[in-house]
Amino acid sequence: MWRCSRLIEVEDLHFTYPNGVEALKGISLSISDGEFVAIMGQNGAGKTTLVKHFNGLLKPTKGRVLIDGVDTRHVSVATLSRKVGLVFQNPDHQLFSETVEDEVSFALKNFGFDEGAINERVEKVLNLLDLIQYRKVSPFMLSGGERKRVALASVLAWDPKILILDEPTIGQDSYQKERLRQFIVQLNQQGKTVIIVTHDIEFVVECEPRIILMKDGKVIADGDAREVLTDLKLVSEASLILPEITQIFVRLNDFGFPRNVISVYEAKQLILERLFWRR
Amino acid sequence: MSMFDGLRFRNVSSPIHRIDPRAKFIYVCALFVAAVLFNQLIPLLILLLIQIPLVVMAKVVREWLRLIRGASFFAAIIFIMNVISLYFYGGYPSLASIIEHALAMTVRFIVLVESFSIFFLTTSPDMFGLSLEQIGVPYEFCFAFTTAIRFVPVLAEEAQTIIDAQRSRGLELEGGNIMRRIRNYIPILIPLIVNAIRRSLELAEAMESRAWGASKKRTNLYVLKMGSRDYCLIIVSILMVAASVYVWLFIKIPSITQILWP
Amino acid sequence: MAVIETSNLTYTYPFAEKPAFKDVNLKIERGEFVLLTGPSGCGKTTLCRCFNGLIPHFYGGNLEGEIVVAGLKPTEHPIYEMARHVGLVFQNPENQLFALTVEKDVAFGLENIGLPRDEIRRRVDWALKVTGIYDLKDRAPFELSGGQQQRVAIASVLAMQPEIIVLDEPTSFLDPLSAKSILEIIHRLNRDLEITVILVEHRLDLAARYADRVIIMDRGQIILDGEPRRVFLDERARLIGVGIPKVVRLYLMLMGDGIDLGRVPLSPEEISESIVEVLTSDRS
Repeated sequence: MWRCSRLIEVEDLHFTYPNGVEALKGISLSISDGEFVAIMGQNGAGKTTLVKHFNGLLKPTKGRVLIDGVDTRHVSVATLSRKVGLVFQNPDHQLFSETVEDEVSFALKNFGFDEGAINERVEKVLNLLDLIQYRKVSPFMLSGGERKRVALASVLAWDPKILILDEPTIGQDSYQKERLRQFIVQLNQQGKTVIIVTHDIEFVVECEPRIILMKDGKVIADGDAREVLTDLKLVSEASLILPEITQIFVRLNDFGFPRNVISVYEAKQLILERLFWRR
Repeated sequence: MSMFDGLRFRNVSSPIHRIDPRAKFIYVCALFVAAVLFNQLIPLLILLLIQIPLVVMAKVVREWLRLIRGASFFAAIIFIMNVISLYFYGGYPSLASIIEHALAMTVRFIVLVESFSIFFLTTSPDMFGLSLEQIGVPYEFCFAFTTAIRFVPVLAEEAQTIIDAQRSRGLELEGGNIMRRIRNYIPILIPLIVNAIRRSLELAEAMESRAWGASKKRTNLYVLKMGSRDYCLIIVSILMVAASVYVWLFIKIPSITQILWP
Repeated sequence: MAVIETSNLTYTYPFAEKPAFKDVNLKIERGEFVLLTGPSGCGKTTLCRCFNGLIPHFYGGNLEGEIVVAGLKPTEHPIYEMARHVGLVFQNPENQLFALTVEKDVAFGLENIGLPRDEIRRRVDWALKVTGIYDLKDRAPFELSGGQQQRVAIASVLAMQPEIIVLDEPTSFLDPLSAKSILEIIHRLNRDLEITVILVEHRLDLAARYADRVIIMDRGQIILDGEPRRVFLDERARLIGVGIPKVVRLYLMLMGDGIDLGRVPLSPEEISESIVEVLTSDRS
C-alpha cells in the first residue's frame, strides 16, 4: 500500500457543536510525519476542538480528516488513539488509579497489550519521565507538575505515532517548562510527530516549531515561528503578544536591524556583530 | 441534556421575565390546583391551551417544545398505564371513554410539567433565590441553591472533558455485560468526584476571603418589589382557582365521548 | 509604615511532616508593589494564605511566629474581618465567582458585611468602572472569557476597598494579551489608588516592570528580596530556576562579551533604549 508522508490531512473541516456553536469554519491543513507543530490562538479559537478531531473524539460536521490516510469517520476513537496520543490540559481530568503504575498501564490494558509488554513499557516510560520512584504511590499524592508528567507518561506508554499536548505549560514553573521543552524536542528528534496547543509564546519561541495560528474557528496563518510570531498584526489578532526579543528588534528596526528575531542567542549575535563592525 | 434545557433559565427580555417570581410562583400553584381538581379532558385541555400565549410572550417556544418532546416519553407511559388499569379495574362503559380518561391524565401531567417549565425558563435562579430569601428561607440555603444552579453547566462540561480524556486512552463505554459497563464508568466517576471536591474547597476559600458570614444582617443588592402587573397576575391566579372550584362544584362537565356519541 | 510584618513565621499543614515555609521574616511597606515568585512548591501560595487568615482559620495546621497585617493579627481575627483589609484573588477565575450576574458577584463581599444598599451600589459601580467591566455588569460570569472573569474577581475584592490586594498567579490560565491587560490593571490599582500589591507570578517578563521589589522563595524560605534589577542579576535567581526575563538574559550575555548596557533592563523598551545609546555613542 502507498503510504503518505502526510500523516494528518484536514480538508475543509467544519464543526458545529450540538448546542449550535460553530467552532470550526473550514480548516484545511496537512501535517507530515516527524513535524513539530504549535497550534496557537486565543481561548475559544477552536484549537482544542481541532485536535479532538485528530483522534476521532469529534467527527466533522462537514469536510474530512485523514489520519495516515484513514478517514476518521470510519474508525473508532480507540483505534485512532493507538496512533494519536492526546494529553489533556488538566491531569486531574484523567487520573483515577490507586498507583502511578496502574494509571500508566490503564491505556495499555485497554489496547490489549500482554502483561509482559505492559510491565516493560510502564518501567520504560516511568524512567523516561523521572517518575520511577513514584511507581507505587497514589497519583493524588503528587504535586501538580508531577501529576502532569504522569498524565503524559500514561499516553506516551503506548508509543503513539503522533503526540498532542493541550496547554502543556499551564501551571508549570520555568524549570519544569525547560525540562518539558527538552523532552518534547528530544521526542521530535527521535522522529515522533509532536503537536502542542498553547498560547505560551515564550515557550514556543524556544522550540521554533511550525506555527498554526487560529482565530474564530479559522486558520489565519501557517508557517515558520520566526515569520508568523514576528508579525504584529497576526499576533494581536490571535490575542498573543510579540515575543520579548522581537519587541526589542521592532524598536531597533530604524537602526537597520531585522525585525524577525525571536531567539536570545541570535539577538546577542546581531548586536555584537553590529558593534564590532562599527569599530 | 436537551430535555433539561427546558428547565434552565433563558436570559431574554420579555414581559414574563420581568414578573416577580413570587407572583409567578402563585400562578404556577394556581395552575397546579386547577389541574389536580379536574380529571376530565375538556378543562385540562383548556388549561393546556391558555398557557401557550404565555410561552410565546416569554420567547421561549423552542426550549419549551424541547421539554414537551422530552416529557412525551413519560406521557406515553402514563397514557398506557392508565389505559391498562382502567380497562381492568375502571368499570368504564366503552373503550372510547377509557381512552378519553387516560388522555386526560396525560394532559394533566403535561400541564404540570409545562407550568414549571415556564417558571424556570423565565425566572433567573438569582431572582428565585432572592424571592426565597424574602419569604424567609435562610440565606445559606438560598445561596446553596443558586450556586448549585450556577455550577450545573460547568460540571456537565467537566464530565464531557473527563469522558474525552479517558476515551483517548482507549476506554470504551459501550459493550460488555452490566457489571463491565458499571466498571467502565469508574475512570470517569473518580476524577469527577475528586474535581468536584477540589472545586468546592476552592469556592469555600474564595467565599471566606470575601467576608462570608461577617454579619447576621446581610444586605442584598437587589430587592424584589411587586408592581401592578404582578398583582394582576396574582388576582388572575386567585380568580382561576375560584372559577375552577366553582365549576368543579356546580357544573357537570360533559366528556368528549358523550358529545360525539350521545 | 509596614503594612505586613512577619517574624520567624513557620507553618506546617495538618498531617504534613515538613513545614511549608520556615522562619519567614518579611516587612512590606504601605503602597509597595511586591512580586513574589519561586518554583512550584516553594511555599509562596501558602504564605499568601496567611495574610488574610485563611491560614490558620480555614486550613488548620500549625502556625508559629508573629504576623501582623494592617495592624491586625490574622491569628486572632476572623477571616471576614481580615477580608476588609486584605483582598485575595485566586488563580482559577472559574472557582471564585459564584453569582449569576457580574454585579451581584462584585457585591457579594459588601452584602456579607451588611452595608446599606445604596453604598453597595455605589462601590460596585466604582469597582466595575476601575476594572473596565462596567458594560458587562448584567452578564453571567461563566459566559465571559478568562481575562474578563479575572477582572470580575479583581473588582469583587476591590469593592471591599482593601489596603492590600494579594493575587495568586492571576494570569496563569490567560492568553498573553489578557495577561498583559490584567497586569496593567493591577499596576494602576497600585499607582493610582496606592493599594499595596502582592503579586505571585511566573510571568516575570510581563510583571517585573511594575514591581518595586521582587521576592524569590525556594523550599519554604526567602532566598532573595530586593529591587528587581538587583535580584535578577543574582546568580542564585538563575540557579533556582525562576523565569528570568529574556531581556535580562540578553543583558547578561552581552555583559559577558564585554558590552555594558548600563542599568539592568526590565522591559524590551528599556533594553532597546540602552542598545541604541551604546550604538550611537560608539559611532561618535
